[in-house]
Amino acid sequence: MRAIAGRFLRRHPLGAVAGVIMGLVVLAAIAATMVATQDPTRTDAAQTFLPPGPRHWLGTDHLGRDIYSRIVYGARVSLAVGLTTSALGGIMGGVVGLVSGYGRGVAAASIQPVLDIMQGFPLLVLALVLTAALGPSLPTVIVAIAVPFIPRVARVVRATTLAIRETTYVEAALALGASGLRVVVRHIVPNTLASLIVLTTAQVGSAILVEAALSFLGLGVPEPYPSWGRMLSVSAAEFAQRAPWVVFFPGAAISVVVFASNLFGDSLRDFFDPRLRI
Amino acid sequence: MLRFLGRRLVLAALTIAAMSVVIFVLLRVVPGNIVDLIFQSAGLVDPSEKQRLVHELLLDRPIAFQYAQWASAFVHGDLGKSYRYGLPAWQIIRPRIPITVELAILALTISIAVGVPTGVVGATRQNTWLDYGLRIFSLAGLSLPAFWLGMIIILVLVRTLGWIPSMLYIAPTVDLRAHLLQFAFPALSAGYRSAALINRITRSSMLEVLREDYVRTGRAKGLTSSAVVYRHALKNALLPVITVIGTEFAFLIGGLIVTETVFNLPGVARFLVEAILWRDYPVVQNLVMFIAIVVVLSNLAVDALYARLDPRVRYA
Repeated sequence: MRAIAGRFLRRHPLGAVAGVIMGLVVLAAIAATMVATQDPTRTDAAQTFLPPGPRHWLGTDHLGRDIYSRIVYGARVSLAVGLTTSALGGIMGGVVGLVSGYGRGVAAASIQPVLDIMQGFPLLVLALVLTAALGPSLPTVIVAIAVPFIPRVARVVRATTLAIRETTYVEAALALGASGLRVVVRHIVPNTLASLIVLTTAQVGSAILVEAALSFLGLGVPEPYPSWGRMLSVSAAEFAQRAPWVVFFPGAAISVVVFASNLFGDSLRDFFDPRLRI
Repeated sequence: MLRFLGRRLVLAALTIAAMSVVIFVLLRVVPGNIVDLIFQSAGLVDPSEKQRLVHELLLDRPIAFQYAQWASAFVHGDLGKSYRYGLPAWQIIRPRIPITVELAILALTISIAVGVPTGVVGATRQNTWLDYGLRIFSLAGLSLPAFWLGMIIILVLVRTLGWIPSMLYIAPTVDLRAHLLQFAFPALSAGYRSAALINRITRSSMLEVLREDYVRTGRAKGLTSSAVVYRHALKNALLPVITVIGTEFAFLIGGLIVTETVFNLPGVARFLVEAILWRDYPVVQNLVMFIAIVVVLSNLAVDALYARLDPRVRYA
């Protein structure tokens, strides 16, 4: 493991930096109570729209809340959504892809058209419909972002499964009496892991962006959770001219984390499978 | 070619039918009673109105019947009634369509005009500072939230030029210059992401093609570099780019939702969000279906274009 990490660092130093940034953000989110300087929900009518300074590092918003502390706590929501949806979508998509790629019969054959339909749908619109149907809450947002991710993963896993199913070593394993489940677990799953890791890492950034967009539109994680998208909500835009820091810093936080996640995902992809390089 | 198109058309029709079932079912799993929600958000108070609403929405009939009625009305162009406005939904949506279509076309044009040439330059100058710069530019495009970019654009315009985006829609017939100015910046902020993606695909596709034998032959027989790159390589490299442009159209609609909101453009995408926030479910259902059809048709158009450009696709 250490050898792999060392090779990754040598070949993709920028990717490694991005990985470190992601790691730091995760740590800050976990230790938010220690990293934040103020209570993110505490309002103060006498301290509204204060510019960045020694007391409020990134200034205060229209309710006098400390923007830096809100960004630190907001990382919890963004990362919770980003990591959970990627893991959830990755696992479910992986299982669906394996079943539709290895399984036979009507059930396996009917999966693919359903996935095609889901994939043809704009991610944000599908997420909007799901939040409209289920009402805005953290679990709803997670489901709304994870579900559209399933077909993307399933498609890749299915393609790999179909290719490996036809290889001679799978044929040999079956001839030796291995069960279908054993073939899937021992031969197919390990072969799909690399692309699965790459896909799920890349998804973290997209999920954070979709969550931010949903929160911006007022359909994301509801108050009192500070969320980066909500900090940029339509009402915050009205104050932008008066206090640009109110919109600048939360947006910059989203951009830096998504940029790092994309760069890390790109480097992982190049590291695991140079053929996929784009 | 006709057989290929026929097959695709059938598939598209099936997809639309399946999508309609998915959308219909999704909006029927709303927790609580849809009538209560509409009742509250439409500001109604009279209990007898509630019964009328149940009957009007056919909620007292079997679900299969409800679906059949809705599908039939939709096919006949009846998009239902907006409970918020008390008007037929089509009356509210129709004036908004040209705004969204214009914004989508402008954003897509910008993304192709920026994405393809920068992708070609990145591939022909691989691993130079220019290439690194363009790669950061494209990765940034995939990382910046479109709505935040829009806010920053407005902020900069106001601070530097003192230009405040109009709160009202300016029709091209009233003031063409102001109209174009009103659309240029939203199109830029919505198109940046697509430009970034098109740049990445063009670059990778060009890198692959530039290593082909026929490119080497072209150079060997003395063709100029631009003839090899633009006449021979780019033509073949564009095929995957066209696929991406097709799928990107679906993403673009998502981008338009937030961009229209930030720039205050009264388009269809923004109306969808308003309808969701007001829980105007009949409108949401029909608008989402409308978007689904637009996406399927755009995919169909890309398939047809692809088959026209690459004979291997239509004979596969």
